[in-house]
Amino acid sequence: MDIISNLINGTLVFSTAFIFAALGGLISERSGVINIGLEGFMVSGAFFSAVIAYYAETAGLGKLSPWLGIIGAFVFTAIFSSIHAIATIRFKANQVVSGVVINILAASSTFFLVKLIFEGSAESPLLTTVFHKYKVPLLGDIPFLGNAFFNNYPTTYIAISLVIVIYFVIYRTAIGLRLRAVGEHPGAADTVGVKVNRMRYMAVILSGSIAALGGATIVLTSNGNFAFNTISGQGYIALAAVIFGKWNPIGAMLASLFFGLAQAIKDQLQIFEFAARIPNEFFYMLPYVLTMLVLIGAVGKARAPKALGEPYEVGKR
Amino acid sequence: MDKLMSIFRRESAVIPVVSIIIGLLLGALIMLIGGYDPLLAYESLVTKIFGSSYDFGEALRSIVPLVLCGLAVGIAFRAGLFNIGVDGQIIMGSVGALLVGTKLSLPAPFHAIVAVIFGAILGGLWGALVGYIKAKRGINEVITSIMFNFIALYLSHYLIRYFMPQAGTQRSAMIQESASIQIGWLSELMGGARIHWGFLLTIIAVIFYSIYLNRTKWGYELRAVGLSPDAAEYAGMKVSKVMVRTMFISGVFGGLVGTFEVLGVFKYIAINSVTSGLGFDGIAVALLGGNSALGVLLSGMLIGALTYGSQGMSFGAEVPGEIIRMVIGFIIFFVAAPGIVRLFFRPLFHKMKKKV
Repeated sequence: MDIISNLINGTLVFSTAFIFAALGGLISERSGVINIGLEGFMVSGAFFSAVIAYYAETAGLGKLSPWLGIIGAFVFTAIFSSIHAIATIRFKANQVVSGVVINILAASSTFFLVKLIFEGSAESPLLTTVFHKYKVPLLGDIPFLGNAFFNNYPTTYIAISLVIVIYFVIYRTAIGLRLRAVGEHPGAADTVGVKVNRMRYMAVILSGSIAALGGATIVLTSNGNFAFNTISGQGYIALAAVIFGKWNPIGAMLASLFFGLAQAIKDQLQIFEFAARIPNEFFYMLPYVLTMLVLIGAVGKARAPKALGEPYEVGKR
Repeated sequence: MDKLMSIFRRESAVIPVVSIIIGLLLGALIMLIGGYDPLLAYESLVTKIFGSSYDFGEALRSIVPLVLCGLAVGIAFRAGLFNIGVDGQIIMGSVGALLVGTKLSLPAPFHAIVAVIFGAILGGLWGALVGYIKAKRGINEVITSIMFNFIALYLSHYLIRYFMPQAGTQRSAMIQESASIQIGWLSELMGGARIHWGFLLTIIAVIFYSIYLNRTKWGYELRAVGLSPDAAEYAGMKVSKVMVRTMFISGVFGGLVGTFEVLGVFKYIAINSVTSGLGFDGIAVALLGGNSALGVLLSGMLIGALTYGSQGMSFGAEVPGEIIRMVIGFIIFFVAAPGIVRLFFRPLFHKMKKKV
C-alpha cells in the first residue's frame, strides 16, 4: 500500500511542472497561436525564479523568497513571451519558427546571464530556502490518501486549482467563449465584435507566464538551483500533453499526470528485483513510447483548434 | 511579371543579409550592456576561424553537419513538413555507423562505405517512420518527431551501454581504424584538423538536393504537395507516398550527419543527457537559406563559422560564447518575421521600390 501511496505522491510531484506548462500551451493554442516555445518559457521561469529567490534569500527575506521567485518568474516571463506574441501576431512570423527561436534565445541568454551575474559560474548558487511539502490539516492524516494526495508542495496545489479555474474560464465564461471563437473561426469572432488580435496577445503572454511557473516549480521544489540542463526537454513533453489532452484543461492535466507517473514508476519500481534487471533506459523511454502508442492507437485523430497556426488579418472573413 | 519577380528576388536576398547585420549589431549591444568589448569579441571570433590552418580546417569540418541539417529541414519544409526530429535521425545515423564500425570487420574503404550507408539508411528509416505516421494517422509530425528524438536518445544509450561499451567511461568503444573516413594527408597538412570525406559527400548532397527538387518528377511532386496537398491529391499524386519518401530523404541527410561525426570526427559516441541540438540549428540554416540548395550551403557556412568562432570569444575577449547562439536566434527571428526588418528599413525599401 505504501508503495502505491508513494507512487501517487511522486506522480503529483513530477507532474506539477508539466501541468503548468501544458496549461500555458493550451491557452495559447486555443487562441490559434502554436507555442513550441514552452520549453523556452520554462527555462525562463526557472532562471528568473532561481535568481530572484537567491537575491531575496541573501536580502534576508527567509520563507518569502521562494514565493517572490515564483511571482518574479511569472511577471518577467510575460515580457519574454510578448516577443513571441508580437512576432506571430503583429508580424505574422511562422509560429513554429518563432517558438523555436524562443527556445534558442531562452537557452543561450539565460546561460549568458548566469555567467554574467554569478561571475563566470555555469549555474546559479544552491538555494537554502525552497518550498517544503505542506501537509493539509486533517485530510493529510487520512491513511493512504493523506500521504498520496494531501502532503504535497504548494505548487502542486496551485497547479491543480489552476486547472479547475482555467477549465471554468474556458467553458463557462464569456472570455473563454471568445478565446475559443478566436481559435476556431477568427473571422466570425471579428464580425461579432471580438478583438481577435488583442485576445491572442493576452493568451500568448499568459501562456508564457503560466509555463514559466512550471520552470519555477522545478527550481523551487526539486532542483534548488538553475543550470543549463534544468529543464532539458520537459517543455516538449508538456507540448505533447496539450495535444494528448485534446486541448482541454482536464485532458492536459490527465496527460501530464500520465507523464509524471511514467517518471515516478521509475523511482518506485527500483525497489523490486525484477525491475532492477530492466535497463534504466527503457524507463526513461517509457513516457515517449506510451505517448506514441496512445496517439497512434486509442485516441484517434486529435482535433486542433481550426485556426491554429494562421495569422489573422483584420477584414479576412 | 518580370518586374514583380525581380523585386521578390532582390528582397529575398536583402532580408537575410539585413537580418544578419541586425543580429550581429544586437549581439554587440548586449555585449556592451554586459560590460564587454564587442569589437574585440568579434575580432577574436574571426581570428579563431582564420587564425591557423588547424582552426580553419576545424571550422570547415564544423560546417558539414550544419549544411546537412539545413538540407534535412529544408527538403521537409518544401513538402510542407516540419522536421523537428533531425536530432533523432542524427542519433540513429551515428548508432548505425558505430555498430558497423565496431562490430564488423571489412577491408579499409569498404568498411567505411558500409558504415556510412547503414547509418544513412537507419537515419532515413527513422525519418520515414515519422512521415508514415503522419500519412496514415494524421498525427502532427512536430509532435511525433519530438517524441522520436527522445526515444532515439535513450535507445542509443541502451545500445551503447549493452553492446559497445568502453569500460568505466560514459562513452562507446572506438570504431576500428578501417571504418575511419578521415583524410589522413589533408588532416596532417592542416595541423591535425579532423577533415574527412564527408566534406565531399556534403557537396554532392547539396547538388543532389538541387537536382532532385528542381529536375525530377519526384521533386516536382514534392513541391506540389508543399504548395497545396489538396491540389496535389486532385492532380493524382499520392500525397502520403510523397510524405514518407520526403521524410526518408530528410532522415538520410540527418543520418549522414551522425555517420560523419562518428566515422570522421570523434570515432566514438559519448553518452549525453541531451541531444546535440544540431537539428534545431538546421532549422536556422534552412530558414536563412530560403530552403534552396545554394542558400542552405551559404547559411550553413555562416552559422557553422559563427558557432566555431564563438569558441574563441571567451578566450580572446572573455565574452561567453553563448552570445553567438543569441545572435543566431535573432537572425532567424528577423528572417521569419521580415515585417520587423522592413519596419526598421521602411524608408530604404520605399526608395528601392520606386526605382523599380
